[in-house]
Amino acid sequence: MIDTQSKNSIIQIFHVYKKYGGKNALTDVTLDIPKNDSLLISGPSGAGKTTLLKLLYLDEKVSAGQILVDGMNLARISSKRIPFLRRKLGIIFQDYKLIPTKTVFDNVAIVLEAMGKQRRLIQKKVRSVLRTVGMEERIDSFPPILSGGEQQRVAVARAVVGDPIIILADEPTGSLDSDSANIIIELLKKFHTRGTTLVIATHDKELLNKIGGRIVHLKQGCVQPSA
Amino acid sequence: MILHYKRAIQDILDHKFLNAVTIITIAISILIVSAFALFFVNTSDIISSWQKDIRIMAYLRPDIPRADIGALKFKIQDFDAVKNVKFISKEEGLQMLKDQMKRQPSLFVDLKENPLPDAFEIRMIPTSQIQEKIEGLTTSLEALPEINDVEYAHKWLARFTNIFNLFKLTGFALGGLFSVAAVFIVANTIRLVLYTRREEVEIMRLVGAADSFIKAPFYIEGIIQGALGGTIGLAALFVTFLIVSSNVQQSFAPDLFTVRFLSIKVYGALIFCSTCVGWLGCYLSLKHFLKP
Repeated sequence: MIDTQSKNSIIQIFHVYKKYGGKNALTDVTLDIPKNDSLLISGPSGAGKTTLLKLLYLDEKVSAGQILVDGMNLARISSKRIPFLRRKLGIIFQDYKLIPTKTVFDNVAIVLEAMGKQRRLIQKKVRSVLRTVGMEERIDSFPPILSGGEQQRVAVARAVVGDPIIILADEPTGSLDSDSANIIIELLKKFHTRGTTLVIATHDKELLNKIGGRIVHLKQGCVQPSA
Repeated sequence: MILHYKRAIQDILDHKFLNAVTIITIAISILIVSAFALFFVNTSDIISSWQKDIRIMAYLRPDIPRADIGALKFKIQDFDAVKNVKFISKEEGLQMLKDQMKRQPSLFVDLKENPLPDAFEIRMIPTSQIQEKIEGLTTSLEALPEINDVEYAHKWLARFTNIFNLFKLTGFALGGLFSVAAVFIVANTIRLVLYTRREEVEIMRLVGAADSFIKAPFYIEGIIQGALGGTIGLAALFVTFLIVSSNVQQSFAPDLFTVRFLSIKVYGALIFCSTCVGWLGCYLSLKHFLKP
């Protein structure tokens, strides 16, 4: 039961099932992720990695079981509280999910605007984060003219600008060349050392080796016993 | 808040054609509704001016002796809603008729006997000049044995008022229909804008934007569309009014009535209504689009 929550855990997943139609995408998944941990979810395509992340940021709801994120029970959360949950998370998508009609600055600033932060603070913070990811010079560019690596760096900036306690990354290097992938890996490591919990879904062995941390292997929606 | 306004204005500029169609639709709806309102306001004025001076004529039977006239006058004077009563003898009546028909004196040449009856001219208290009171008074007069006939020139006014009221009802119904149509057009415009921006809306939700944050610029957009549409519609009506009113005033008797534009109060109410139309269209569209 969920009252056994460890004081040190930031994410707890209890016997979670997710069904699409009649087919199980996840079967009896139970995981405990401590604060400041770095968890890598590996597995082949269709193993349920993206589904598991979607359950964590409530893009999907569990079919059975319970998930706790920083004390919030996702099975019982009201739709009004969902934005507050997502503000605790920094999400990085494989397809970047940048708004093509907004500049790099606006794409990153939107997180702080949604939080109701002051314009002056937004200016300062966004510039600082873009400097960290090496994108300050492209601040007024629009995403379609950026390379894949640059777009993913903007996506990383957007994920961390709100000082999230957890970063969820779905195949963050999946569509990048090795140089761009290395930059992203270094950035993720940098934010992890600052105290952010990392949950990364990937089938990229290089990423698994370079980033370090606990590895959970998923196969056909089930957590495989560690070797 | 400034951020929401900026986003709303940017949206309007990004979707100029869609917004122009919506604003024009609202403007046309408001133009039609306000044209009806203008017609009703002025027609009501005319009816009121006609109702202001109602004169009832009570004609006496020919056999009533003059000695009884005084008592009869007092009796009528005591009726409810009567302001004053004036006796017009048949001789005075004939003289008044002759004065009115000065150009046809030949009509009276062969007149051997005065055909007119004695009569009372009755004027009512202005506040009592409502149809029920007028009819009540004429019934009381007709019930007097000395009175042969009662006449008042405004009998047709009652029928006219009834037709006018029916017309008013039609106007309200049409206004309502146009408003509903405008609401749906605004809803569809906002929906189209939302569809073009659905990816952006989805991303905003994923990065933690609350629905109120996403909705705010759309509501502002709807309100701007409504207010702008209403103002354009009323401005078009005002220009038309300036052109038409002077001709109408000259064609009809200028002393009889004055054509006037809508009061500031009505003007404000119409702008408020058009703003509500914009807001409501937006509300309906967002309700469907941003389901949890």
